[in-house]
Parts: sequence; C-alpha cells; structure tokens
Amino acid sequence: MENRTSWSAQYEASAKREGVFETMSGVPLEPVYGPPDGEFPGQWPYTRGPYASMYRTRLWTMRQFAGFGSAADTNQRFRALLDAGGGGLSTAFDMPTLMGRDSDDPVSLGEVGRAGVAVDTLADMETLFSGIDLGSVSTSMTINSAAPFILALYVCVADAGGVDRGRLSGTIQNDILKEYQAQKEFLFPPRPSMRLVTDVMRFCVTDLPRWHPVSISGYHIREAGSTAAQELAFTLANGFAYVEAAEKSGLAVDDFGPRLSFFFNAHVDFFEEIAKYRAARRIWARWMCHRYHAKDPRSMQLRFHTQTAGVSLTAQQPELNIARVAIEALAGVLGGTQSMHTDSYDEALALPSEKAARLALRTQQVIAAETGVANVADPLGGSYFLEALTDELEAQAEEIFAYLEKAGDGSLLDGVISAIEDGWFQSEIADAAFAFQRKVNSGEWIMVGVNGYTDGDEAQPPLLRIEPLVEVEQVATLTRVKSARNSGAVAESIARIATEAQDSSVNLMPALIEAGRRYVTLGEVVRSLEGVFGTWSEPMAL
Amino acid sequence: MARILRDAGMEVIYAGLRQTPATIASIALQEDVDLVGISMHNGAHLTIAPAVTAALRQAGLDTPVVVGGIVPEADRKAMAEAGIAAIFGPGTSNTEVIEVVERLGRRSVALLDRE
Repeated sequence: MENRTSWSAQYEASAKREGVFETMSGVPLEPVYGPPDGEFPGQWPYTRGPYASMYRTRLWTMRQFAGFGSAADTNQRFRALLDAGGGGLSTAFDMPTLMGRDSDDPVSLGEVGRAGVAVDTLADMETLFSGIDLGSVSTSMTINSAAPFILALYVCVADAGGVDRGRLSGTIQNDILKEYQAQKEFLFPPRPSMRLVTDVMRFCVTDLPRWHPVSISGYHIREAGSTAAQELAFTLANGFAYVEAAEKSGLAVDDFGPRLSFFFNAHVDFFEEIAKYRAARRIWARWMCHRYHAKDPRSMQLRFHTQTAGVSLTAQQPELNIARVAIEALAGVLGGTQSMHTDSYDEALALPSEKAARLALRTQQVIAAETGVANVADPLGGSYFLEALTDELEAQAEEIFAYLEKAGDGSLLDGVISAIEDGWFQSEIADAAFAFQRKVNSGEWIMVGVNGYTDGDEAQPPLLRIEPLVEVEQVATLTRVKSARNSGAVAESIARIATEAQDSSVNLMPALIEAGRRYVTLGEVVRSLEGVFGTWSEPMAL
Repeated sequence: MARILRDAGMEVIYAGLRQTPATIASIALQEDVDLVGISMHNGAHLTIAPAVTAALRQAGLDTPVVVGGIVPEADRKAMAEAGIAAIFGPGTSNTEVIEVVERLGRRSVALLDRE
C-alpha cells in the first residue's frame, strides 16, 4: 500500500479540532505535503511526527513552568496561567526541595522559595493545588532526585480529593542520569538512583496509567553548554539506559514504552533545532523497534516537551529576548513538539514577573492563532537543507551511541553509567561550553546586546523579588505541621522506608505514599534514603 | 570559568557545588588562596554573600570575594557593603573577568559553585 494511502486512512480516523485549515488569504491547505511514496507523519520511523494529523487534532499544550515563594504564591500563579489560557501546569521547586532539604535545614538558608516553590510536606502540596481539580488538569513536576516522594505527595492530594488515580495525567521529570551529566541536582549514587526511577515507572504501570514517569531531558544538557548533536545523543542514550533498566526491573518494553516522554531545548539556531527534533524521532523509532523489539507503535513514537533556551537570553536589552523566544518557539512548533514552555524576557535577571510570564504565554498564542504554521504537519519536511541537516545530526548521534555501547560492552545502561562515573559526559559538555565561550569572547559569535549592537541598554525592568519573609513563614508552616503530627507514625514510616530501601526488589512508592500521608517531611525521607544509598560527589572533570 | 582562569595562568581550585560559607572559608584558609569566586544563579546572593565574607573574616582572612551570575542592579550596593569586591553579570567578557581577578587576587584562585 502506498504510504499516502495508509497515512490518509489514519488521518481520516483522527478527531479534528474546530478550524478552517487555510491560509490567511483563503488558500486551502492539505494536512501534509509530500510525494505519495515518501514518509508521512504518524508512520514509522515518525521523522515527520508521531501522529498522522498532528496539530489538526490538537495543538501542542502551552505548559508554562511556574513556581516561587510559598505554595500559596505558586497556587495563585497556577490559577492565573490557567485563566489566561494555559493548557497544563508545570511546577518549579526551590533549591532546597530539589536537593531534598527541608526549609528549616541550615543549608537552606537564603534559598527557600527563591528558585521555585518550597515543598516540605503534604501540607504544602495541598496548598499548591488548592482549588485545582487534579482529575481534569495535567501537571508536570520538575524534580529528579526526590521525584518519587514528590509524586507520592501528589498522589496523596489526589487520593484525599477523591480523584481516581487512573485519571491523573501529567509528568514527573525523574531523569536522574542527566543530573550527573549536566544539572548536578543528584543526591544518591547512580545505581540506587536508577532503582528509584524504575520504582516510579513500575508504579505508574499499575497505578497511574496516564502518567509519564520520566521526562528524558536534553534541555539541561544543552543549557550546560553542549552542542545540539550532544543534546540529541546524550538524551536518547539516557533513554536507552532507562529502557534497559526498566526491562531489568521486570517490565516489558511495551508496558512502559508508550509513557516515556522527552524534553528538549529550543535554542536559537532555527533550522538546527528543527532538524534535531526530527532526527530524535527517527532514531528513537529505529532503536525501539530494532534494538528493543517494541511492538506497540506508541513505544516507538517519541513525544516531547520543548522549552526555549534560557541560556540564549541576555540581561542586556532584555526586550530582545521576546524576539529570541518567539523564533525559538517557532522552531519547536515546526519541529512538531507536543508541549512547550516559552521563557519570559526578564529571565536572565530573575524569575518571571507576572506580566512577563503572561507575555511569554501570549507568544505561543500568537504562533498558534495567527501564523498558520500549525495547519500543516512537518511543513519543512522535504526541504533539501532540512533533510540533510536531519541526516547529519542523526549520524553524529549514532557515533556517540557507538562509543557508549562499546563502553558498556553492548549495554547502553552500563555504558552511560560508566561514562558518568568517568566524567566523560561532563567533560564533553565542559569542552563544548568552553569552545562556545571562546567564540563569544573573540567575537566570532555575536550575541546581540552583549558583544554586538550594544547601544540601547536601558534600566532593568521591574523584577520579581522573593521577600525574606517567605522563608520565615515557610519555616513557621513547617514547624506547625511537625508539631501536629503523630510522631510514632512518622518514626514508623521513616523506618519502613529505610528497611524497604535495602531490598531493591521492593517498590518504595507505597511506603513513600504512606509517609506523605503522615506528613513525614522531604528532608526526613531523603535522610532515611541516604542512610541506605549513600551520597554522591562527582568526579572533578575540568 | 575555571578553564578560562587557568588558561590565563592562574592556579584554580574548583571546590564544587553547593558549598556552605563555613566550608568556603576553610578551603580558602587551607589552600591559602588570593581570591574567592562564587557562581550564583538562584537569587540567594543577599543572604549568602555576606555570610561568606563573614565566614572568611572569622577565619582571620581578608581574601577578596567576587561573585559571578545573576545579581539585579538594585542589589549591587548591598553586595558591595557586604564586602563583595566585584560582580560579573551575564555577558561579562572573559577578558574583563581575568583583568579584575588578576588585579584583586593575583595568582591563586578558589572557585566555587553555590548552586
């Protein structure tokens, strides 16, 4: 059967959103363009998109990352974003929470509520989602080392609210491998951390069928200074490692394959980014089919969230960032992203102000409503340039997979972990970051407003400030919660976690959910796990 | 930053991520550094910077401290008052960093990532 014919059958069978799919001037548009025997979206290897109908069925989700101060502050911002037309929630946690520390920990001083929302116990989670129906909204939570407990808290809120776990929709980032490589928010050593990741994956198979247990991320790798090819290759290699780890934990590839999701950067080199997304889909489809023997097409369809590159934003002439973000977001859409966060123009300076956050969302709405780019799937497919660039990035990624496979004696899981332990990823990224910095310094790379076109710098826009009172109040909340708890039950939960952590065949999620319900704190959970798993310091690679 | 400074002929001790003010002071003392550089991107600078300069003074040191990262204009005065010798905001060139570090600290530099 001709490709176009089978594509057409899939397309006709898909639901369509309201809309007339034509240009502004009334030229009617086909859902996709290409020769009848060429590749089509929704067809393996999905270079052109995971679905036959792409955005004609549903636009990408406009999912703006938000989080600052107290749970009450962030709850307010969540509700404002939903009211403004945002399609899903995305939660940013503060550094202490990301690092498994309570707000009253001496190490947390000065950091509470600054880089995201502070969450110490279930009480904060309840406030965070107050007035929001978890059964009808989809929520992403960006947390990694402490992910299992944060997910447990979310489940506690849903349970208490009478929402069936089967209805919970969302994602928990839970991508520990990229922490060792790039973001450095690790707590425990790699192998016990992988057990925590697979515990979450297994729990989702049984209890949270609509949840994405991992968001395999390249964003942070790119932010740390990697090239596009490295972002692509390291992310997918991590993905293969998770597949192997999940299989080792007893799951079959099609049990978890359909709910794996990805998260890529949208940097400022427009065509390179679009090519990167297309190469990612093609590579994932081939490997899942040929290497990991997936049978379910959904296991082979790479679906991703995109965030515009924080690292491309400038503090100088910050309004320029509005233009940069619009271009980067456009690349994400032309690359077929399933959801997207657009950065605010003031983010080189601070967390977004409310006005800047709304503007960032509106940027996506302009793309969706006015530009017409969502009318046609993979509109740049077939471009000589884009196809060549897609092939090139794919080839560069394959070289990196070959290296890691060799390092792991045929296993990507072993290869990735040994490369982490050797500091290989870290030094590759450092090399790339350094090379780029030299280009900026020498003027070979012009960053407008920074080393070129510097006239016009004005006073900083009004910035979001996190008042020190936030920390004081958060500590007060925590103290209140701790004093109202049943200390026997708390101690029992902490002990249960420590015992079960020692047996890697036991899934820790039930114990974590029970602990959450009893208002055990994040810090208490993490200390208990550290007692069993130990901690990790990275090999110094400069 | 560590590479940039090393390339410029300085001895860099990279102390790693998320150090406390007390640890910073102890490394500075042990390694007898000429300057401490801290990378800060999380908005905690008004708490951490004074804590670091205080910890150094407590250890009997008057080592200059520089901060690189995100420090809003409105906070620069407070940072200077807390004893921070220089702030390198986003987009500062390598050349400028090297020049200031050389002037303030001469040969050996301890470099830490606060976040």
